[in-house]
Amino acid sequence: MSTSDLRGRFEGLFERDVTLVLAVLGALYLAYILAGVAFGYGLRGQLNSIANLTFYVGVFGMMALALNLHWGYTGLFNIGIVGFMGIGIYVTALVSKPPVGDGAAQVGGFGLPLFVGVIAGVVIAGLFGLLVALPALRLRADYLAIVTVAFSEIVRFTMMSRTFQTFTVPDTIDLWVVSFDPAADTVGLGGGGGLILNYTNPLEALLRALFLWDPYLGFVSFVEASVIPNNPKPVLDGLLYGVVLIVGVGLFYLLLSRTGKSPFGRVLKAIREDEDVANALGKDTDRFKLTAFVLGAALMGLGGILWYSGRGSITPPSFRPNITFFIWIALIIGGAGSNTGSFLGGAIFAGVLYEGPRYFKNLVETAFELGDAPRNFGEAMAGFASLDPMPFVLYTLDSVSQLRLVIMGVVLIWLMHNRPEGLLGHRKETASSVDLARPGGGGSTGNPAAADGGDER
Amino acid sequence: MSETDDSPASESAPAEGAATGEDTPPSASDASTDLTELVEDDPETRAGDDARYAPLEVEGLRKEFGGITAVDDVSFDVEEGTLTGLIGPNGAGKSTTFNLITGMLDPTEGTVRFNGEDITGFQPHEIANRGLARTFQIARELEEMTVLENMMLAPKGQVGESLWRSIMPVTRRSVQEQETEQLDRVWEVLDFFEIDHLADEYAGNLSGGQRKLLEMARALLTDPDVLLLDEPFAGVNPSLEKRLLEHIHELRERGYTFLIVEHDMDLIMNNCERVIVMHQGRILKDGTPEEIKESEEVIEAYLGGEV
Repeated sequence: MSTSDLRGRFEGLFERDVTLVLAVLGALYLAYILAGVAFGYGLRGQLNSIANLTFYVGVFGMMALALNLHWGYTGLFNIGIVGFMGIGIYVTALVSKPPVGDGAAQVGGFGLPLFVGVIAGVVIAGLFGLLVALPALRLRADYLAIVTVAFSEIVRFTMMSRTFQTFTVPDTIDLWVVSFDPAADTVGLGGGGGLILNYTNPLEALLRALFLWDPYLGFVSFVEASVIPNNPKPVLDGLLYGVVLIVGVGLFYLLLSRTGKSPFGRVLKAIREDEDVANALGKDTDRFKLTAFVLGAALMGLGGILWYSGRGSITPPSFRPNITFFIWIALIIGGAGSNTGSFLGGAIFAGVLYEGPRYFKNLVETAFELGDAPRNFGEAMAGFASLDPMPFVLYTLDSVSQLRLVIMGVVLIWLMHNRPEGLLGHRKETASSVDLARPGGGGSTGNPAAADGGDER
Repeated sequence: MSETDDSPASESAPAEGAATGEDTPPSASDASTDLTELVEDDPETRAGDDARYAPLEVEGLRKEFGGITAVDDVSFDVEEGTLTGLIGPNGAGKSTTFNLITGMLDPTEGTVRFNGEDITGFQPHEIANRGLARTFQIARELEEMTVLENMMLAPKGQVGESLWRSIMPVTRRSVQEQETEQLDRVWEVLDFFEIDHLADEYAGNLSGGQRKLLEMARALLTDPDVLLLDEPFAGVNPSLEKRLLEHIHELRERGYTFLIVEHDMDLIMNNCERVIVMHQGRILKDGTPEEIKESEEVIEAYLGGEV
């Protein structure tokens, strides 16, 4: 590949995607920083706010990208995303939590290194993808949807179930020739109480693996000495984890755009458009659907791990289907079928619809000195008797986190009516690993003059 | 690059460019010879034989849907390098026969043999990969894919259809190389069907006739021995119909074998060397157009007489 070719590609890319992504992210971050200024945040507050935004941009971006492989490319209607996320993080927890002794009330794990847990989580999520897909892929799109949503609920109920709350691991396990004594004695899914994620801090594990942990600690004490006095580590941890997530998004994007821009991705697209045709052209569509579904499920497992691994604990209610629908809204905003669009959709969803309402409420409360909100809807409506809408306004503002779902619904309906293809769904992202223009110049630009045989000017 | 040199040769019909123009780029001429090379047996050498090799043989084919017998004891074969027409009034079982041959439906009884192999009950993709390609009655292009993507989809044995090969850095190179080779061929076929100016268009934006052309071009790229065309002329205007027929005749001369379902009797009579007439799920008559024209049964079936 010549330098000019590479440069041309780079410039073409810059014109479209990089600029667009940077513009959207820039606008989001600017809005959040300005809101922070309005709230009178100090440096610590600002950094926390940015870390928080980055976290949600990262996780929603990743999940939307994974869903785009299922829905945008292959047309597989998966509404069980959260099930795969849950499997990912639960398996990681089970594998990597430190073991506890006999008879302890607490649930332990196998105490293996965190990276083993992450790999196990991804692999098991993928295997469950296979399990769901095998019988379901012969079904039509809407039946696949029912199977997947049922699957994700089964996963959640299994997490809550008392039956799976604890297991006692036998002292020795015999596998044909190998016999070993696992460190763990009591493991399990923890039931309704969930699991405490008392494994190594994931950030620490990652930095240690990269031999960056000590430099990082040095940097933390430097910041403590010079910029943020007391205990800046949680803030910096948050920011760094955001960076890790953005790198994760980059890897997801790279993997999925390579998948899309290939003969493999072309068959997926053909399956989305008309499976019979793909079949009649000699493509074993079941194999392609299975591969795509397993890859997507594994990525969703990884997304779930990255989403929850930094928390102190996980509980089954975190894995309700509403997360699945958030990710769907993100994908629809961005435009199914476009990888760049998926990430943008995730970022916009996270910044505007997911975190935005809370910031809006705080902003209004900071701007206007408002009294206490009424405690219930009756009191809110009572104001109208004396033609005073204020109690109602205050009540509405106070309930903004609950109203978030209403806002999302309204946005979704508006999108379906006015821009069903989302931000970038209309774009031609040609599914091939090479430029399909006529070889040897000429270009493939639509030239009506070529209609009657003459193919060159 | 050399294509920009204005020479009269480059203005001739695109697919034949290789034969007439010596200054056409080598890549184009390679691809053009490919188009003929892929037919292993040259029909000229066999022209003398009376009993030609029949790649497709159908025997005792029967299909029941509930209590209805859609196809009843249908047997025929299609000889290499011929244009065989399958005609009959609506509901005669022509499309069902097609679906039985191509694996979209499983027959209740009977066998389908292709190049000597029993392919009854095979999956559609397995049959397509053995060299039996089909088009659909209502053109089923892949709407939200460009014409080029539609075409690039078709070739068999694409290494990049394996996920890991497409992702891994080293193997991706070989995927790109194969796609580049494939691309020459794709443009050659686009030129042949004169839809090269639509290459970047979404297939969904094409007119009905252009879709038929695209579908046939796409089927051709699977390197078939036998092409099954399901009503290729339905909804096509007369001038395009003529063009389609020219393409079919030219391809037949290159050695491709065609089985065409149609209910326009004149069209089949004038173009096919052999005609199979179906009526109410059975074969009514099988012979040359002249024989069919003289058959009382066929006339009755078409005029709605009782059989």
